[in-house]
Amino acid sequence: MTAVSTPVTITPVTDAARRAKRRGAALGLLAWFVGIVFVLPVLWMLLTSFHSEADAATNPPSLTASLTLDGYKEFFGSGGGASPWPSLLNSLGTSLFSTCFVLLLALPAAYALSIRPVRKWTDVMFFFLSTKMLPVVAGLLPIFLFAKDIDFLDNVWLLVILYTSMNLPIAVWMMQSFLADVPVSIIEAAQMDGARLPTILWRVVAPIAGPGIAATSLICFIFSWNEMLFAQVLTGVVAQTAPAFLTTFVTSQGLFLAKVCAASIVISLPVLAAGFAAQDKLVQGLSLGAVK
Amino acid sequence: MSNPTTAVPVHDERPPAAAAPAAAKRPGAPRNRAREWATRAPLLPALIFLIVVTQLPFVATLVISLFDWNSFRPDRREFAGLENYKTVLSDEALRDSIVTTVLLTASVVIVSVVLGLLLALLLDRKFRGRGLVRTMLIAPFLLVPVASALLWKHALYNPEYGLFNGVLNWLGGPQPEWLTDTPLIAVEASLIWQWTPFMMLILLAGLQSRPLETMEAARLDGAGNWQIFRYLTLPHLRRYLELGTLLGSIYIVQNFDAVFTMTRGGLDTANLPYTIYETFYNAHEYGLASAAGVVVVIGTIIIATFALRVVSSLFREEVSHA
Repeated sequence: MTAVSTPVTITPVTDAARRAKRRGAALGLLAWFVGIVFVLPVLWMLLTSFHSEADAATNPPSLTASLTLDGYKEFFGSGGGASPWPSLLNSLGTSLFSTCFVLLLALPAAYALSIRPVRKWTDVMFFFLSTKMLPVVAGLLPIFLFAKDIDFLDNVWLLVILYTSMNLPIAVWMMQSFLADVPVSIIEAAQMDGARLPTILWRVVAPIAGPGIAATSLICFIFSWNEMLFAQVLTGVVAQTAPAFLTTFVTSQGLFLAKVCAASIVISLPVLAAGFAAQDKLVQGLSLGAVK
Repeated sequence: MSNPTTAVPVHDERPPAAAAPAAAKRPGAPRNRAREWATRAPLLPALIFLIVVTQLPFVATLVISLFDWNSFRPDRREFAGLENYKTVLSDEALRDSIVTTVLLTASVVIVSVVLGLLLALLLDRKFRGRGLVRTMLIAPFLLVPVASALLWKHALYNPEYGLFNGVLNWLGGPQPEWLTDTPLIAVEASLIWQWTPFMMLILLAGLQSRPLETMEAARLDGAGNWQIFRYLTLPHLRRYLELGTLLGSIYIVQNFDAVFTMTRGGLDTANLPYTIYETFYNAHEYGLASAAGVVVVIGTIIIATFALRVVSSLFREEVSHA
C-alpha cells in the first residue's frame, strides 16, 4: 500500500509515514514468520521421509543426516510389506467415480434451484444442507448391516455411493450459487433462437459456470480422497483406500517413522498438488460461492 | 417417469412469459401442474438419492436404538424401549464423550476462526512474497487428515524422537509426554493447525471483497484503523465468519481421524463419533450404539437450528441482490 501511494503524494516523508512504513514491514515479517510456523510440520515430515530410519528417530533431531530414498522404496513394497498400489487405485477410483456421480446428480438439481427456481427453493436448499448435519455415524450401523446382508461389504462401489451422498449436499449448494451467476436473459435469448436444452447447457451455461463446477469437483475429490470412517468400517482387504492403508503402517512391532512420513507424503500428494494449483478456485468453492 | 411426456405441451405454450405468473395462480390447471413438475424434475434424482442413502439408514438407526441387541448374542435380541437411551445418558463414558465432543468442537472452531481472522488481516496487506506465504499457510489444510494425525503423533509429539522435544532438548528444556500429559489439548492443537488455514482462506476472500470506496471515504472522514475494522470490516465479514463457523462445526463435530489415530479415544479424548464406532465395531452393542447415534443427531439438530437461521442471512443478502 505505502509503496504505491508514496510517489504520488507530494508531501515530504514525515515521521508518521516512516513509522507506518516500518510497521508495514514488521507486519510483513510477522506474516512470513507465521507462514513458516504453519508449514514447518509439513517440511519436517518431508525431511524425515528422506532420512534413514536410524536418523529419523534421534533426539535431538539430526538436521545434517544424509538423505536417502529408503523410506519411499520401503513404502512402494520393496521392504516386504503390502503393496500400496491397490489402495491408491481404490482411492483414485472411488474419488473419481463419486465425483462424477455427484456432478450428474447435483447439476440438474442446482439448475432447478437457480436458473429455473422451483417454488420454495430455499426450503429445498436447507433440506440438502441439513442432510450434511446428520452425522455419518448415525447411519453407519444400518448401512453396515445392510451391506453385510447383501454381501456388499469390502466393495469399492459401496464407498462410491456413500461418498456421493456425503458430497452431494455441499455440491448442490456450491453449484447453485455458481449457476445463479448465469444471466437468465442469455438463456432466454438462446431459447428464442430455437436452441434446445442440451445446446443451451453446453454452449451458454457451461462456459460461465465452468470454473465453479471445476472447483466443486475438486472439493468433492479432496473430501472423498481424505475420507476415513467409512473406509475403516466398511472395507477390508479388497476395497481398502489409501487413508485406511496408511493406518496399517503403525504396527505392533514398532514404528518406521521415515516410512510413515514417506507414505503420508505420497498419499497427500494428489491433494496437495491439486490444491496448490487451484488455490483461488478452492477458496471460491469452500465459501459456497459466497465470494465473488 | 411421466415427466418427459407431460413436459412436451409446456414447450408449445411458452411465448407469453408475462402471462405465466397470473396463470400459475389458477389452481388445478393441468398444464401448469405439468410445468411445475418439469421444473421440479431435475431435483428429484438428487433428492431421492439423498433420502435413500442418508435418511433411511437414520430411520433404521432409530428402530435399532429401541432394541437390546448385541451381535454376539443374536438370539437374545429383544425390544427394550428407551432402555438404551437411559444407559447412554447415565453411562459415564458416554456422557464424557458428549462433553469431549462439545469441548473439542467449540475450542477448535473458536480458536481457528480467531487465528484465521488475524492471519487473514495480515495477508490482506501487500508485502513481498505474499503469494508464497499464502501457499505455505494452506499446506496443513491440504494434507490428508490421517497423514496429519500421524505426523503430529509420531513426528512431532513423540517424547523420544519427536520434533517438539528435540527442540526443547536443544534449548535444554523439559521433555514432556505431550499426548499423555495433555491429550485433549494435543489433539485440539493438531486440528487447529489443520483448520486455521481453512478459516483464513474464507476470511481473506471476504476481506478482499470489501468495497474500497466506502473505506476510503471513512478514512477521509477521519476514521482510525480500529474504527474502520470495527464498523466496516467486521460487519462485512459477518457472513464469512458465520459460514466458516458453520462448515467448521459440521466437519469437526464428526471428526474421527484425529481421535482414532492419535489416542484411540484414550485419556478422555473419545468424542461421540469415536465412541459410537467403538460401541458397535468392537463391543458389538448395536442397540446402544444406535441410541448414542440418535443422541448425536438430536444435539446436532439443536446446533443446526441456530446455524441454519444464521445461514439464512446468506440467502437474504443473495435475494436482495437479485
